[in-house]
Amino acid sequence: MIDTIQETENYAASYAALEGKRGSQDPAWLKQVRRSALDSFLRLGFPSTHDEEWRFTSVAPIARVPFQLAANAKAPDSATLAQWTFGSWPGIQLVFINGVFSRELSWNPAASTGLSAGSLAEAWATNPSSVQPHLARYARVSTEPFAALNTAFLSDGAFVRLPRGCVVDEPIHLIFLTSAEAARPQVCHPRVLVVAEANAQVRILESYASLGPGVCLTNAVTELVAEENAFVDHYKLQRESLEAFHVGTVQLHMGRSANVSTQTISLGGSLVRNHVNAVLDGEGGEATLNGFYLVNGRQHIDNHTCIDHAKPHCSSHELYKGILDGKAHGVFNGRIIVRPDAQKTDSKQTNKNLILSEEALVNTNPQLEIYADDVKCTHGATIGQLDADSIFYLRSRGIDLDSARHLLTYAFAGDFIHRLKIDPLRAALEASLFARLAEGREDV
Amino acid sequence: MLEIKNLHAGIGGKKILQGIDLKVNAGEVHAIMGPNGSGKSTLSQVLAGRETYVVTEGQVLYQGGDLLEMAPEERAREGIFMAFQYPVEIPGVNNTYFLKAALNAIRKHRGEPELDAMDFLKLVRSKVKLMEMDEGLINRSVNEGFSGGEKKRNEIFHMAVLDPRLAILDETDSGLDIDALKSVAKGVNALRSPQRAMIVITHYQRLLNYIVPDFVHVLSGGKIVKSGGKELALDLEAKGYGWLEEAV
Ligand SMILES: Nc1ncnc2c1ncn2[C@@H]1O[C@H](COP(=O)(O)OP(=O)(O)OP(=O)(O)O)[C@@H](O)[C@H]1O
Ligand SMILES: [Mg+2]
Repeated sequence: MIDTIQETENYAASYAALEGKRGSQDPAWLKQVRRSALDSFLRLGFPSTHDEEWRFTSVAPIARVPFQLAANAKAPDSATLAQWTFGSWPGIQLVFINGVFSRELSWNPAASTGLSAGSLAEAWATNPSSVQPHLARYARVSTEPFAALNTAFLSDGAFVRLPRGCVVDEPIHLIFLTSAEAARPQVCHPRVLVVAEANAQVRILESYASLGPGVCLTNAVTELVAEENAFVDHYKLQRESLEAFHVGTVQLHMGRSANVSTQTISLGGSLVRNHVNAVLDGEGGEATLNGFYLVNGRQHIDNHTCIDHAKPHCSSHELYKGILDGKAHGVFNGRIIVRPDAQKTDSKQTNKNLILSEEALVNTNPQLEIYADDVKCTHGATIGQLDADSIFYLRSRGIDLDSARHLLTYAFAGDFIHRLKIDPLRAALEASLFARLAEGREDV
Repeated sequence: MLEIKNLHAGIGGKKILQGIDLKVNAGEVHAIMGPNGSGKSTLSQVLAGRETYVVTEGQVLYQGGDLLEMAPEERAREGIFMAFQYPVEIPGVNNTYFLKAALNAIRKHRGEPELDAMDFLKLVRSKVKLMEMDEGLINRSVNEGFSGGEKKRNEIFHMAVLDPRLAILDETDSGLDIDALKSVAKGVNALRSPQRAMIVITHYQRLLNYIVPDFVHVLSGGKIVKSGGKELALDLEAKGYGWLEEAV
């Protein structure tokens, strides 16, 4: 059993130190938000595996490390940075080191009219009325310990706001780099707030990586608001080191006829827990929650999604696909709530897992809570290996065994990869998949 | 070209092939007929290298070498092609992409230069025409959502592109209407040559009007119980297999 008091003490102390340093420039409402979030975290403590929500994921490896708050780190050199940016990114790229915006490293070409994209701290200082109504209003700060912890340490982050009708053609890339040092485990709490007002349209990629080896914890929270008829295509790419921990929440709040899709791609990290929560809070909304995980060795990847159909005539689609090798462990829990009012809900959930080794393991669980009667909800999950008949068919035409396995593995991932609408991201994911397949071959 | 000697094979302890002897020379077409469950598909799968079937006795020589020692892909590269009785649907693997990879693996093995996209497309176009195939099928996932007839045509299309030395067709005619049957036969006949051999497995004499065999064999209970010329197929059509089983 984890001793809650013991494990959280360290965070209370660094909170106190940080508040002392911050002085008085932050707005009072923000201090209040942070204070109550800290109280929630201290009250909740780290979850244990007795908690139904955390049954298959023990956070003991995180709780027992005395993480230090990652301080302002030295900027990475351009070669390091180039690993995580995409060679030819067509739009804005903003870089955050340990959650703090770096103007020098960011690239913000002539922005579309009205678009704000930059530092969250700057936004709450200069334009609080665009931040205060949204920040920490959607994430489950009072019930989810990691979201509470992130909020208690809110110092900066990314802020993207599209005023009414603003359409941004090129995708926006938010790059979060967490510094890691072998001798000193560090934690950072990246934060993102995206507000797409009525009829606005944007495509956003958040990507996460570690700066160097060493144990570190990235505890991220994204809140994304899509107001009436807004269209948001959101991606989260995790490419942290194999010593890194990542706990993240993506919280979607959707208005009438809003259309939001979010794709969560997990490649790195030793222990990864993703929460993707969508609240369909206006009629006619459409949410797509897709995910892909490619894990190996002893990686543990847990995707918990929750789609809350609060209003009628909304639809949600969910497709999570995973490829697991080595001793990797995958968890998928897909909760779907259909409120009594939410008649004519149409919801489809699918989780498919491809197991490439004897020892990889998956726990998958649909969790449907339906309180309306005129709804269509389907769900399905599969866990399987490469099909022996298909392998033989390919080989009998001259394809060697490795290539046959690669073709089929790629085919499995294909229907996720082909849907990605950002070319450099798709190319990077294909490259990761091929690299992983090639590694597998050396092991044989 | 192919010499099967006293071949015994089975699956999970069940004996299926119980001593097959068969010799196929270059230029010949052999038809194999026989009742359901007699072991025809088992024989073709064993020749193609399916590892789920265990060979317990006997020998297979192909071009003088030990066929049973070779991996399925080596056999394909050495010129063996088997058209599946039940072609496998492979979602997400593009039919043309896969065929190009297969052809180039075979060409590489033969010491021939790999075909580039343009030359490959030219080749594919000519074979599509020969097979009277719907061009749309070649860019879909392998067999996915194909009708029974489309799958069979696709098998022969693969064969036409891969240009094998020994083709084994396992009931490629079953379930085909007469037009599809004719185009399958056309694809097969286009490949007949003094250098190549074929084993055509069928239940129906009808196919043999279009692909005229040099020899007909009857497989029953895991053994070849009768061999003859093409007239044997007509006898079988008229009398069934009963008279042969009694004779054994
Ligand atoms: N994978 C398998 N597992 C168990 N039994 C099998 C398997 N494959 C074939 N058999 C059995 O072996 C016997 C021969 O099967 P095979 O498919 O070779 O027959 P066939 O002559 O091709 O029949 P058909 O004319 O129906 O295609 C049958 O009794 C069949 O049930
Ligand atoms: Mg058969």
